[in-house]
Amino acid sequence: MAVEVEDRQGVLTAQIRKQFCSSGRAFELRADFAVPPGITILFGPSGAGKTTLLDCIAGLTRPDSGRIAVGNHVLFADGTGVPVQRRRIGYVFQDLALFPHLRVEENIRYGLAPLAAGERGQRTDSILESFRIAHLRARRPGEISSGERQRVALARALVTDPCLLLLDEPLAALDAATKSMIVEDLRAWNQLHRIPILYVTHSRDEVFALGENMLLLEEGKVVAQGTPHQVMTAPRRETVAQLAGFENIFTVQVVAAHEDRGTMTCRITGSKVELETPLVRAEVGSTLRVAIDAGDILLASVPPTGLSARNVIPGRVISLEQRDVIVVAKVDCGAEMAVHLTLAARDALHLQPGRDVWLVIKTHSCHLMAE
Amino acid sequence: MDWQAFWLTIRLAVLVAAILVVIGLPIAYWITYSRWRWKFLAEAVVALPIVLPPTVLGFYLLVALGPHSPLGRWWLQMTGHTLAFTFEGLVIGSIVYSLPFAVQPFAASFASVDHRLLSASATLGASRWRTFFRVILPLSVPGLVTGLALSFAHTMGEFGVVLMVGGNIPGVTRTVSIQIYDQVQAFQYAAANQTALLLLAISFVVLSTVYALNRRVWAVWPWK
Repeated sequence: MAVEVEDRQGVLTAQIRKQFCSSGRAFELRADFAVPPGITILFGPSGAGKTTLLDCIAGLTRPDSGRIAVGNHVLFADGTGVPVQRRRIGYVFQDLALFPHLRVEENIRYGLAPLAAGERGQRTDSILESFRIAHLRARRPGEISSGERQRVALARALVTDPCLLLLDEPLAALDAATKSMIVEDLRAWNQLHRIPILYVTHSRDEVFALGENMLLLEEGKVVAQGTPHQVMTAPRRETVAQLAGFENIFTVQVVAAHEDRGTMTCRITGSKVELETPLVRAEVGSTLRVAIDAGDILLASVPPTGLSARNVIPGRVISLEQRDVIVVAKVDCGAEMAVHLTLAARDALHLQPGRDVWLVIKTHSCHLMAE
Repeated sequence: MDWQAFWLTIRLAVLVAAILVVIGLPIAYWITYSRWRWKFLAEAVVALPIVLPPTVLGFYLLVALGPHSPLGRWWLQMTGHTLAFTFEGLVIGSIVYSLPFAVQPFAASFASVDHRLLSASATLGASRWRTFFRVILPLSVPGLVTGLALSFAHTMGEFGVVLMVGGNIPGVTRTVSIQIYDQVQAFQYAAANQTALLLLAISFVVLSTVYALNRRVWAVWPWK
């Protein structure tokens, strides 16, 4: 019994080495980390190896070498591992993997086969209550909403009383309200059980909403670990994966840091354009890179007032190019910026090359990275 | 109408289909999930009866069942008679002949079960057996029905292998398709027509039942 308690309150410790391929490129997973009881966010761009890492921990993929343990319960060491079936790890997959032919209740009872019937029924009832899905017990996964399916998947993994919970972007498809309700139920459950929960996401919003602790994974390596604030505000090494998807990338110089407000002023090198950006740990005068998504920039045809956005920059339209249903406007504001707009917006603003416009950029749309 | 041949054929087809479920499921499971590098060779062997002329298959079976082969010798010692030209021999021949018609639909439906469901089952502590019976098999019902029906119908209608392995012994190895051949040889066209029509009707009913059961969109169900 003592072992049992120790297991459950154990810290996940992992040193994992594994060759893997992601979108045609070979990576090596080199991840050394510890996850204490509570929610830890595993954050990283797609293709960073997040799912491969979870599969290694769950035993679905065999690491090339390393050691994985929860408390003193060793799951993998010296090239051999405990079989998946005996790891006692809850795993909620990205696509949930509910059994489509089984009712909600049968899905949840699935992992309780070794228990006596009475115990099985009791545990099932109790978890159905905690996750507010008792009324769905006789339905099949295809007959309930996606939020309800997430609850069923969580309940199915947790009812087995795992020593560790792995969540692979389980809430990615949900609206914010549903998501936060499910997270609250998960937190309430874990208040009682205190197990490590490794929560994979690539959404920045989820990182701040959920995490007490986070791991940052890039190209198979854990590059930072700490509270979300510590990790996310540290300027990071610029990588191909991070820059993918950003249309606007500039070299900037830090002009001033406003510690009290959590912001900084940066000037785009070679221009007079100054941007207010989130605060990162960087010296005044140092050089950083800023990335801005073309879809995060607003265009105004008259000088806008009364905005919460801190960056309003005058400029002139150089060119407009239609790509499918998106218009890409190139605007010269001292530096050249790409802005995405809809066809309707282009027509409503009567945009054409040579026209004066104002660019509106929120502070938090400016993503800073170390060079 | 010679009902003796008819019931013999039904008995043979039911027995063969039942045995093929028992031996076809593990073979299909192995073909679907094995990572053995030479697996494709086994797949080709299983599929051979589809393309081989029944006479070729029948010839080798006859040799294999005969008293000079280990199997034939063993059977002779056990029972006192040879396998060739017996109902048991016919069953063995039909199993080999119809094997791909069971294994291939089984394997195809196993392969279409979402891999993540198997991972989920394993993380929930289920053994391979439990995963097979609780997840793979229930989700493969359409393939099971197809394999069962195809091996039944295919055995009902076989001719060449039966003739080679079983001969033409009334009540023992004389099946409906052999009977039709006999009737035509004897210019009994009316009788041949009757028997052929019965075989045609049974095959049609079996196949349309399969397609009806496997149909996913019930919106166009004929009587609704």
